[in-house]
Amino acid sequence: MRNVMLEPILDPNKDAGSSRDAISFGQRAEPGLNTRHGTILTLEGISVSFDGFKALNNLNLYIGVGELRCIIGPNGAGKTTMMDVITGKTRPSEGQAWFGETLDLRQMSEVQIAQAGIGRKFQKPTVFEALSVFENLELAQKTDKSVWASLRAKLTGEQKDRIGEVLDTIRLTHSAQRPAGLLSHGQKQFLEIGMLLMQDPQLLLLDEPVAGMTDAETEFTAELFKSLAGKHSLMVVEHDMGFVGAIADHVTVLHQGSVLAEGSLEQVQADERVIEVYLGR
Amino acid sequence: MPTALYRLILACLLLLPLGAYANDANDFAAANNSEQAQLLESWAAHPTPGRVELINGLQQGQISVDGEVKTLRLNNRLRGLIDTALASHQLLAVDPKLRLNAAQQLQKSAKPAQLKFLDQQLAAETDSDVRSALSLALANLQLVDPDPAVRLAAVRLLGETGEPLARTRLENLLQPDIETDASVRTAAETSLAQVKRKLLIGDLLGQAFSGLSLGSILLLAALGLAITFGLLGVINMAHGEMLMLGAYSTYCVQLLFQRFAPGAIEFYPLLALPVAFFVTAAVGMVLERTIIRHLYGRPLETLLATWGISLILIQLVRVLFGAQNVEVANPAWLSGGLHVLPNLVLPYNRLVIIVFALAVVVLTWLLLNKTRLGLNVRAVTQNRNMAACCGVPTGRVDMLAFGLGSGIAGLGGVALSQIGNVGPDLGQGYIIDSFLVVVLGGVGQLAGTVYAAFGLGIANKILEPQIGAVLGKILILGLIILFIQKRPQGLFALKGRVID
Amino acid sequence: MNQPLMLTATQKAGPKVTAWVGGLVLLVLLAMPLLSLLPADNSFQVSAYTLTLVGKILCYAIVALALDLVWGYAGLLSLGHGLFFALGGYAMGMYLMRQASGDELPAFMTFLSWTELPWYWVGTEHFWWAMCLVVLAPGLLALVFGFFAFRSRIKGVYFSIMTQALTFAGMLLFFRNETGFGGNNGFTNFRSILGFGITEPGTRAVLFFATVMLLVISLFLGWRLARSKFGRVLTALRDAENRLMFCGYDPRGFKLFVWVLSAVLCGLAGALYVPQVGIINPGEMSPTNSIEAAVWVALGGRGTLIGPLLGAGVVNGMKSWFTVAFPEYWLFFLGALFIIVTLYLPKGVIGLLKKKDEQ
Repeated sequence: MRNVMLEPILDPNKDAGSSRDAISFGQRAEPGLNTRHGTILTLEGISVSFDGFKALNNLNLYIGVGELRCIIGPNGAGKTTMMDVITGKTRPSEGQAWFGETLDLRQMSEVQIAQAGIGRKFQKPTVFEALSVFENLELAQKTDKSVWASLRAKLTGEQKDRIGEVLDTIRLTHSAQRPAGLLSHGQKQFLEIGMLLMQDPQLLLLDEPVAGMTDAETEFTAELFKSLAGKHSLMVVEHDMGFVGAIADHVTVLHQGSVLAEGSLEQVQADERVIEVYLGR
Repeated sequence: MPTALYRLILACLLLLPLGAYANDANDFAAANNSEQAQLLESWAAHPTPGRVELINGLQQGQISVDGEVKTLRLNNRLRGLIDTALASHQLLAVDPKLRLNAAQQLQKSAKPAQLKFLDQQLAAETDSDVRSALSLALANLQLVDPDPAVRLAAVRLLGETGEPLARTRLENLLQPDIETDASVRTAAETSLAQVKRKLLIGDLLGQAFSGLSLGSILLLAALGLAITFGLLGVINMAHGEMLMLGAYSTYCVQLLFQRFAPGAIEFYPLLALPVAFFVTAAVGMVLERTIIRHLYGRPLETLLATWGISLILIQLVRVLFGAQNVEVANPAWLSGGLHVLPNLVLPYNRLVIIVFALAVVVLTWLLLNKTRLGLNVRAVTQNRNMAACCGVPTGRVDMLAFGLGSGIAGLGGVALSQIGNVGPDLGQGYIIDSFLVVVLGGVGQLAGTVYAAFGLGIANKILEPQIGAVLGKILILGLIILFIQKRPQGLFALKGRVID
Repeated sequence: MNQPLMLTATQKAGPKVTAWVGGLVLLVLLAMPLLSLLPADNSFQVSAYTLTLVGKILCYAIVALALDLVWGYAGLLSLGHGLFFALGGYAMGMYLMRQASGDELPAFMTFLSWTELPWYWVGTEHFWWAMCLVVLAPGLLALVFGFFAFRSRIKGVYFSIMTQALTFAGMLLFFRNETGFGGNNGFTNFRSILGFGITEPGTRAVLFFATVMLLVISLFLGWRLARSKFGRVLTALRDAENRLMFCGYDPRGFKLFVWVLSAVLCGLAGALYVPQVGIINPGEMSPTNSIEAAVWVALGGRGTLIGPLLGAGVVNGMKSWFTVAFPEYWLFFLGALFIIVTLYLPKGVIGLLKKKDEQ
């Protein structure tokens, strides 16, 4: 099913990748997803307005294959709205959004986008509270997610092993049978990250993943993300500069709905406009 | 034979003008049904002032023979003839209003025999309204005149009016076997077109008005709901019962006026307004404090609990007031209507309710946007925790907002009591429509509620004559479902980032 | 609110006890039709009244179970299940009316001086086609309504209100004589079903038996669903629909499937209800009836399979007792039940039992 949907459709008119300056780590190209130019996500000239208020204003952003990108910016800079646009929750009034070279995110529903390989973690951890940790991971697992398949689904040994692996990674093996609603805030964060891992997406969008975590947990998350980068592309929105410093090689600063600065953390921290935005004038 | 008898009676009447009235009564009482009909017809053709009392009595179904009052058995035909005869006699009255009514009655029911009499009266008539009404009545009769010229004039005259009756008369003339003269037929066609145009205007205006009227009622019913649902997120299935309580408050106020201040009974609805408001608001606040408060954030449970409340309220009213409808009478200033066109009467009670509904909307808007309470309500709506931190007494605000929503429903109940039946099930009929208004209008938006209420009201009334009330309702439900496909948030929605 | 609802009562609330009680109840239910065939002077004889009453309650229990599938598991509170129930009932009623009138038109049509059957009555003299209609009429309506409702993501109270409006519209439609379903009198005076007299003890016993079987089948179906991945997806959908979408599931298909299944179960229950009770009229579609079904489920415990059956049994048992003993107070009681259940028994009686069990 996925392969049919992801069949590369070459469109020479729209295939204008020359101006993209994304940094490519290019180790892995998923079958079906066309990432010839090393860019997994392309946002060009995106604008979104809510009743006259421009939440995003001519935003341009490129994420390379296998890259770990951090997005920072003051409140109201449009970080969450940008994620909404990428995941199909909000439709941009202008601009283009491409996943790989061929998938037009503006034409796809949330479900199609998720199936195509973009995973998202929300700001507030959302897990299926009535289900056990194991069942949460089971639902997230990359498999046929149609109604009929769900009616007949039975876990294979391989799938069980995979769930066990992820349980180990997020250190929840001992809570596997507990209802997710009874987990602590930090554990829920990990469970949600674990669900993303089960989904095995090519692009992970993580909205404030370490909020509510202890220092040790934060450190562990940083290690986890670094190990993911390369195999997956990550886009992390975070306020915790320590965390950003620990993981990011490339940082984008958003301000008032568009990109203010881009570069390494040192570079953007030295940028005068960034200082002005963060410290006020 | 009938003509012979008719002539005989006629002759008697003409010969014996004196003492004839006493005899009239005797004759009538002695006659059988068909003779009575002939008597009445002849009286209608030749009215005399002295006979008014007798015919008035007949209309009440009574006749006094030799000082003894008897009750008559009348059939519908005789009743119609009595009305005609009475109208004929009333044309002789001094009061122009009576004459006008009489002329209007005769437009519908005059008989050819009355032609001569009407002609005389028209010549003698001084009041212009009565004249035009009378000439129309005459025209109706002249349609069967043997002289084509007279018929032609009558047809033209009928064309000038916008009377629904004129249409059927003219339609009859179009057939060659009824009207032999071709020129009269052509004239009838033009006149018919003229009449139809005038009637169409009246019909359309009438539909628009009943749409507005229904809209204003929906608005009164839905406004309170928009507050409790939109601002507090509470689904109040007992909202319809608040309407019902408002209507019953009106009934009680009316009873009190009848008992203690019969002289001022004209003004009981004015006192009923505050009474209904406070009664329903108090009931609403008690419910909020005791039950609904525990269910905030659980909309489906609230829905079920409030449904339970509504069942209890309905049964309570049944036990207290009985299961039958109670009688709430319109005061004189709310009965009758504004006669705009021959086929368009705007009832005063509906006019007043439209104005009243708009006034309630304006007051609600002012209350929510210009007062401290309104500010508090909006603050709690947008961010309960933050509002609580700023010192807004959220519990009190919830209670007052719920009381306000219920109170507005109470006001709606007063309005409903003036146009429909008041019974324990009154509210049930409105709850679904009110919810549709709120859903369509968008949550938390007064403007949306107003537009949706009038939109639904007018749409209902436009569809009703085309496909019937029931199918119209179903069609509208379908349209709302389709509409929500396009605009899931309703007509007026607050846009913004969806918070997860 | 977000605390986990249990999958099935049998899993946790003392499985042994539940199995025993369940088995016993099933045994009694299966014995009842047989006992009803005993001669009237036998002390074990079950009267026709009792059999009809219990059969009626069993039909309601199936409705409760169907409602629980959509409400308890998928979080969609339908206030319009009475419509599906009545549609199934009407489809069966059409067949019974044709049986009663033979080659003639059904009596109410001759009364309206109609000369031929409306097109939708064609074929209803065949039992098999009537059975198809029992499934198709509620199923198709649910499919179309559900398709549009779920496509526009109508959920929560909006969904409830829409379904209530739907059943209300249906009631208005069936009240009309022109609709061709007997107006406000509906269908009654049935004579026979498949050639057997409808009031004969044997027919009654078979109908009762069929109802018990349908209940058992529905229960088994619900149990399989709840234990499958499908059931887990439904629970996930109820608690965090957005999360589920971003996991790559399309909630619409899942909702539509369980919604249509639930409607069809209701239709089947309605079809068994009509020959046992002997009448169907538009009153069955009134919003009151549908919302009453919600309190059965809530009282028993939603999100469980046994709860709704328990709730339907208790409430309807109370109803038939109250309406004879204190007809004035039934609505007070029912209203209070709505309030008490929502305020103090969010997980119903089953939840209460389970809590006791844990202590």
